[in-house]
Amino acid sequence: MNLYEFQAKELISRFGIEIPRGRVAASAEDAERLARRLAFRRFAIKAQIHGGGRGAAGGIRFADTPEEARRLTADLMSRPLVTSQTRASGEKVRWVYVEEAFTIEREIYAAVVVDRARGQLALLVAAEGGEDIEEREALQPGLIKRFPLDATTSPPSGDFAGAAHAAGLAGAQAERVADLLAAMARVSSELDAMLVEVNPLALTNDGRAVALDAKLTIDDNALFRHPALSALRSQIQIEEGDPKELAADRHQLNYQKMDGDIGVVVNGAGLALATLDMLIDAGGRPANFMDIRTTATSLDIAYGIEVIVENPLTRVVLINVHGGGMQRCDDVAEGVAIALRRARRSVPLVVRFAGNNADFARVRLQGAGVAFEDAADMSDAVAKAVGIAARRTTG
Amino acid sequence: MAILIDRDTRLLCQGLTGRTATYHLARMAAYGTDLVAGVVPGKGGRLHLDVPVFETVVAAKAETQANASIVFVPPRNAGAAMIEAIEAEIPVVVCVTERVPVFDMIRVKHALAGSKTRLVGPNSQGLLSPGACQVGVMTTVASRPGSVGIASRSASLTSEVMAITTKLGLGQSTTVGVGGDPVHGVSLKDAVALFLDDAATRSIVVVGEIGGAEEEELAAFVAAVRPAKPIVALVVGRHAPRDRRMGHAGAFASLATGTAIEKNRALERAGVTVARDAASVGPALMAALGRLKD
Repeated sequence: MNLYEFQAKELISRFGIEIPRGRVAASAEDAERLARRLAFRRFAIKAQIHGGGRGAAGGIRFADTPEEARRLTADLMSRPLVTSQTRASGEKVRWVYVEEAFTIEREIYAAVVVDRARGQLALLVAAEGGEDIEEREALQPGLIKRFPLDATTSPPSGDFAGAAHAAGLAGAQAERVADLLAAMARVSSELDAMLVEVNPLALTNDGRAVALDAKLTIDDNALFRHPALSALRSQIQIEEGDPKELAADRHQLNYQKMDGDIGVVVNGAGLALATLDMLIDAGGRPANFMDIRTTATSLDIAYGIEVIVENPLTRVVLINVHGGGMQRCDDVAEGVAIALRRARRSVPLVVRFAGNNADFARVRLQGAGVAFEDAADMSDAVAKAVGIAARRTTG
Repeated sequence: MAILIDRDTRLLCQGLTGRTATYHLARMAAYGTDLVAGVVPGKGGRLHLDVPVFETVVAAKAETQANASIVFVPPRNAGAAMIEAIEAEIPVVVCVTERVPVFDMIRVKHALAGSKTRLVGPNSQGLLSPGACQVGVMTTVASRPGSVGIASRSASLTSEVMAITTKLGLGQSTTVGVGGDPVHGVSLKDAVALFLDDAATRSIVVVGEIGGAEEEELAAFVAAVRPAKPIVALVVGRHAPRDRRMGHAGAFASLATGTAIEKNRALERAGVTVARDAASVGPALMAALGRLKD
């Protein structure tokens, strides 16, 4: 689960990390009202989105008056924000963070992250911060310095002082930053956060260390330990989630809409990715990504296939199933039959069944009166689906 | 011969009395796996699937000489179960459980360091040495004893590669599902290293995916070792939808989470035969084996 800046900041501030004063606003009027109450000399108006690269894309503006804060908020919310890290259609701006703008002496980069290759927690620091830190690291490897943390102790232990020095700091400033880095490690271990990133971490003229921006990624698998965060997740999903994708998730399907015309249904994530690779290589354009989890029942599968068939852009549906120990081909066949009985639209089907109960599944489909093109293998299935989609485009 | 499990494997199951565990362990036993014990705290002393249930792994090992464990314990206790098996010095531990918290896995990795255990998983379909032993939840329909070692990050593609290698008449020595979680036990490289030392394994198929750095680690290993056995790799996700490729923007990229294309390039440079797609695995493997004969 990825948290927004305003949520992340609220959480890290509970661990003693200083954040600028500010409030979140859900509308332009809200922003003006908050700005009036906060009465800062200058306001930073920051679009709340998950993708990075926000500053360069115009997602952070500065206002001198509450009226200006309202105007800028209205402008930010008027269209999706497109940055180098969002998808091309951008991200909808639902909230802005109205924050005190202040002068800083210098910026550094700090993150605590689960290093999956080593299976340990790691601290990353760089002597300079800013949103293009990754591009700069790519050009100048070694800019970001890595320090292992021991997350089996509570709180996690590590060389926080060494990391502060590696970020180019000395004296009282280094001590302050070392404390802040230790607090970030505590945030990570106590909240099951796979990423705690403070970028930039601002050092002010009056000797403070302030988290100007913060990103938190919470491990979804650990939400059972954090009921409050779990509630936050439901709220985020309701606000942002595509209702069909969320419903599919409840039906044990990983569904993601794409913009092509070939509906794709596959059991298993790896096989689904393999199918998309072959389909796109062959010139096909997938209408969606759908992976049936092993826990899905025939009724769950029927729901997913119905969603795909009823997508008006779908010209043909490719079903690629390798029956396994937990889910056999006939379970999927039954779902297909149910979906086609219910669906208000009909599209040609290309079916490739292999593995457990493949023959039985084909008989099941025929018995249910489902017309389909039987494919011998994956290449055949892909070629047939691409061919049908092309004919239906021109014809 | 095979790796990790064979006819001499004496299996215990942590969480044996659960519904899913019962179903799968009955299948494994029917396949010929020597199930010797269950470990379920609070249920010690009973019989389940005709084997004794113990309170602890240590007790089960002492009584039954179990030398492998399969963990079917729910996510919140799976980490502790794995650590218990590691501390009891069980040589091979397979964890099937999905959704184990990553910080629990960091503790498990800590316990693994310097231990006598090889951990497979979590979120793994397990191990299969066809004709000898099954410690996992995979389908065995298309399996056949043979010479191809399969190391895979994807359960569904393992079935696919199993079917391909059986159809080619090669069969499998062992299949290893390394598991889908970011922090896990045996890596693709570890599995390949074991296959290189196994006399029964004459070629290796590796199935990778976008994300993580295991394929890059394997490429570095192969480049250093220059093994004589042919290795074919399939890395899927070249055209994955963006949301599956991109998580949160930020520090992950600096820890090398490669794209499928980058992974393929690294493997190719190391001398691994890269199959362009799932349908090309068979031809690529035959070509690699053919080259070996020349």
